[in-house]
Amino acid sequence: MTLNEFLPLAVLASSLLPGLIIFALPENRVGVRTTLNLLAALAKLALVGILLFGVQAGEEFGFAYAVLPGLDLTFKADALGLLFITLSAVLWLFTTFYAIGYLEKAPHRSRFFGFFSLCVTATMGIAMAGNMFTFFVFYELLTLVTFPLVVHRGTAQAMRGGMIYLAYTLVGGALLLGGIVWLHSLLGHTGFTHGGVLATLDSSTHWQLQAIFLLLISGVGVKAALVPLHGWLPQAMVAPAPVSALLHAVAVVKAGAFGIVRIVYGIYGIEFAQSLDLLTPLAVAAAITIVWGSFRALFQDDLKKRLAYSTISQVSYITLGISLFGPIGTIGGLVHLVHQGVMKITLFFCAGNYAETLGMHKVSEMAGVGKRMPWTTVAFSLAAFGMIGIPPLAGFISKWYLGLGALEARMPWVLAVLAASSLLNAAYFLPILYRAWFMPQAAAWPEEHILMQGNRETARLLLWPPLATAALTLALGLFAASSLSPLEWVKLIADREYLTWTP
Amino acid sequence: MIDPLIWLILLPLAWATLAFLLGPGRGARTAIAGLSLQLWLAFDLAMKIGAGGPALHAVGGWGAPLGIDLAADGLSAVMLLLAQSVALPLALYARAYFAPDKTETRYFWPLIGFLLAGLNALFLSADLFNLYVTLELVGLAAVGLVAAGGGAAQVAAALRYLFAALLGSSMYLLGVALIYGAYGTVSLVTLEPLLTADAPRIVWMAGGLMLAGLLLKTALFPFHYWLPPAHASAPAPVSALLSALVVKASFYLILRLWLGPFAPLVGALAWLPMLLGAGAIFWGSWQAIRTPHLKMLVAWSTVAQLGYLFLIFPLLATTGALQAGVMQAVAHGLAKAAMFMAAGVLIKATGQDMVAGLAGVAQRLPLTLFSFGLAGVTLMGLPPSAGFLAKWLLIEAALAQGYWFIALVALAGGLLAAGYVFRVLRQAFLLAPVAYAIAAVPRTLEWTAFALATASVLLGLRGVELMALLAAGSAP
Amino acid sequence: MSSGLIFAITGVVLFAMGSAGMLLVAHLLRRILAFNLMGSGAFLILVGLAQRGGTPDPVPQAMVLTGIVVAVAATALALALLRKLHTLNGRTELPRVEDD
Repeated sequence: MTLNEFLPLAVLASSLLPGLIIFALPENRVGVRTTLNLLAALAKLALVGILLFGVQAGEEFGFAYAVLPGLDLTFKADALGLLFITLSAVLWLFTTFYAIGYLEKAPHRSRFFGFFSLCVTATMGIAMAGNMFTFFVFYELLTLVTFPLVVHRGTAQAMRGGMIYLAYTLVGGALLLGGIVWLHSLLGHTGFTHGGVLATLDSSTHWQLQAIFLLLISGVGVKAALVPLHGWLPQAMVAPAPVSALLHAVAVVKAGAFGIVRIVYGIYGIEFAQSLDLLTPLAVAAAITIVWGSFRALFQDDLKKRLAYSTISQVSYITLGISLFGPIGTIGGLVHLVHQGVMKITLFFCAGNYAETLGMHKVSEMAGVGKRMPWTTVAFSLAAFGMIGIPPLAGFISKWYLGLGALEARMPWVLAVLAASSLLNAAYFLPILYRAWFMPQAAAWPEEHILMQGNRETARLLLWPPLATAALTLALGLFAASSLSPLEWVKLIADREYLTWTP
Repeated sequence: MIDPLIWLILLPLAWATLAFLLGPGRGARTAIAGLSLQLWLAFDLAMKIGAGGPALHAVGGWGAPLGIDLAADGLSAVMLLLAQSVALPLALYARAYFAPDKTETRYFWPLIGFLLAGLNALFLSADLFNLYVTLELVGLAAVGLVAAGGGAAQVAAALRYLFAALLGSSMYLLGVALIYGAYGTVSLVTLEPLLTADAPRIVWMAGGLMLAGLLLKTALFPFHYWLPPAHASAPAPVSALLSALVVKASFYLILRLWLGPFAPLVGALAWLPMLLGAGAIFWGSWQAIRTPHLKMLVAWSTVAQLGYLFLIFPLLATTGALQAGVMQAVAHGLAKAAMFMAAGVLIKATGQDMVAGLAGVAQRLPLTLFSFGLAGVTLMGLPPSAGFLAKWLLIEAALAQGYWFIALVALAGGLLAAGYVFRVLRQAFLLAPVAYAIAAVPRTLEWTAFALATASVLLGLRGVELMALLAAGSAP
Repeated sequence: MSSGLIFAITGVVLFAMGSAGMLLVAHLLRRILAFNLMGSGAFLILVGLAQRGGTPDPVPQAMVLTGIVVAVAATALALALLRKLHTLNGRTELPRVEDD
């Protein structure tokens, strides 16, 4: 086995093995567990760094393993996969810190961190999958290992949320499997290739390809929370805050969105998908989701629920960008994969802080919280402004490219959708900010768990992760033109997907 | 040189007799030693077949038609391997499970030896009559095991099981008699060229009788009525053995006959097992979702999972279908044994067998619950388990021949399985005060169940080897 | 009509009566008898149909012998279980299954 074959496996193993060890650890071995968690996260980050340099230098990283004659588990770290891997690895590190702080003294931490590591492993597998089969294996694995995280609290309400989550995702998985096997029987393989692999098939199979597209997209659309397949997401809010953060920013919804990217670019090929008339319906579905999610978010008083509906809306920006035919739309969609992750994880960290420090779960309870928890609220505000799309924050870059992409694809109605959504974003975020900063504290905090510690508003490990990701939100926008930014990386990807286009 | 073919049958007979003489304590040790040897023999045989094709052994040097021939090809080797690798961990489990002074233990070890001897002989038999005898041996030993518990419910379940088994094997025997009357031979190899599509009506009748009898013994819907009470009322190690292996024996026999001598006759019949199989999946899963008892749930799940085995019959023209069937048989064997073993631990620990009574056990028995979940992953057909590969092969074979509704049944069956598996997990994860005092359970119980459950999942990564073994050598 | 055929037809009739008994009779002792009737029918057919060319065929004789041994074993087991059931709850019939 060469180093280039070994590295993708090492990336998987760097969270899989610690996860398995953590399961076996007794509950009270806090030190060992924490060290192991952090070492694993750092090791993964280092490995990802090597991969990034390698891919930029033109190296190919891949590994194949046959599970049945003619059916391979294939891992490939290409530019697109690395975009997702890097995002996951970075945010995993932050979330690990946060979760250690958040779950201090909570029961079942070994189980929690074990599944947490497996969850990241599944995400890595999805990112590095070299064919639809491998993608599916890890996609289903993700469902299984997130279930114990969602129901971690063990209350009846958590169970209900978990069951709804399972019902949606397992049905989605079944649809996806049907589509993948169908594809495999037509094509003989399900490998991802730049520019797609289906264009060579006979035109009599085109109706089948359209049906398969519907199956595949509905399958991954469940996790990507496309309306009307989004019902599980607000219910899954019963999970602890670090889980919600990971689910919304990195793991589950992103896996769905990333699946759409792979299907459109790796399997169908953007140009072939356009010729089969598949992109416009996808864009319409995304547009409906964007507006509907934002609209529903307006009426949620529960902070995490409001953020959940916001996720539904924001993740579909990715889908929208993909379905805009033209490289600029692609850039907008893919870069939002990263930007949405960073902004949303900040928001969930902050929501977790409010709940954990002051027992505050509802928007209506937030009056005056800016004075009690200024740093958390600053981070929250930055991320919220980013979501609305105010320059120079990360969200603005995404929306800018999406808008330009819409014009390039001659779909001006998309601009209206973007504008409406931004207005709605503002309408559900700004009242929160107003309440937090400008209204006086109306009543005592619902349940103050963590008192002021000198000048510090909450526990150290709860405070630093959101501040760091909020700073990242700012940096991603300010330094978008730098050669190290995700934007530049995404341009490299778009360059490879459009066979007939030169940047 | 030891011929594994004959020793795979003689060894269990020998240690069964010894175990009867020695009593439960030392008998268990003898049994475990014997089973370890058998596992090694089965591996040895698999290696030989994989390298050199089918193996043959004429018992006592007589040879057919007067003597008895034993034959093994890839399919037999897979089934033999499955039987021994389920039986060994199960024996370790049983040794820790039974209190040594109980009556049920006295007969457990001898009976399990006879059962395995029957199973191994069945997988190695090369003629219809010998198959009948081994089938009866398996059936009688299994009935004895169900009854060994000694309670009224167990005895009633055993009797119900016995009558179903006898009815089934009598029908099979009549079929054998008719075939012998028509062709003057019962050897599978000799029959194969003789049976053609224009065979006399009496041969069709014989085939029908044998099929019906075997379906009854496999407990395919709607002949499943005897299975849930028998499998649910027996002690956990027995249930595991029955669900994992015994029902597979008659399925193996159907497959053997279907692909072998009866191949020219069965074309038009192929939809019948498939439709019954689909019925089994839906009815079995539905009952599993409904029943309040844990072991009943697992037993109904067996009814449902057996249905998958019969979905392959209309598709046997592609090799993928046979692969799917065998993969499912192996996956289910490992997973169901693990699931019954885990259920046994849960019942032993909580002292009751209601699903509702499991609230909160996830905190106390995490390993067992994890095993239950892993086995459930295989039953649901989720990756990377062997059950998933079986489902993949089945759906692919179905789509390749345009029978998309078979694919639909397989997908829907997976979702229904999720319904009953997560019913248990959900209850166990509930953060409720545990309603029953949780007794300490020996660790062997937990770890053997875990080993089998893990095997059922990890086998999904070794599909290539299994398929290569299956392809080695045609029917005997 | 050859004697072999007469044996075979008698066998079929016995088998049919036996299977009807197995399915329809509730009393367990009578069901055990019905099973034996089925077995005898099958053996008669096996011997009867094989009477070809005047010389007796040894193979079915051997099979029937084996079959009888199996049937005796099965009958013994069934009787033992029936006695056990009778001592446990005084019944000679199987309880109904609620689930189907």
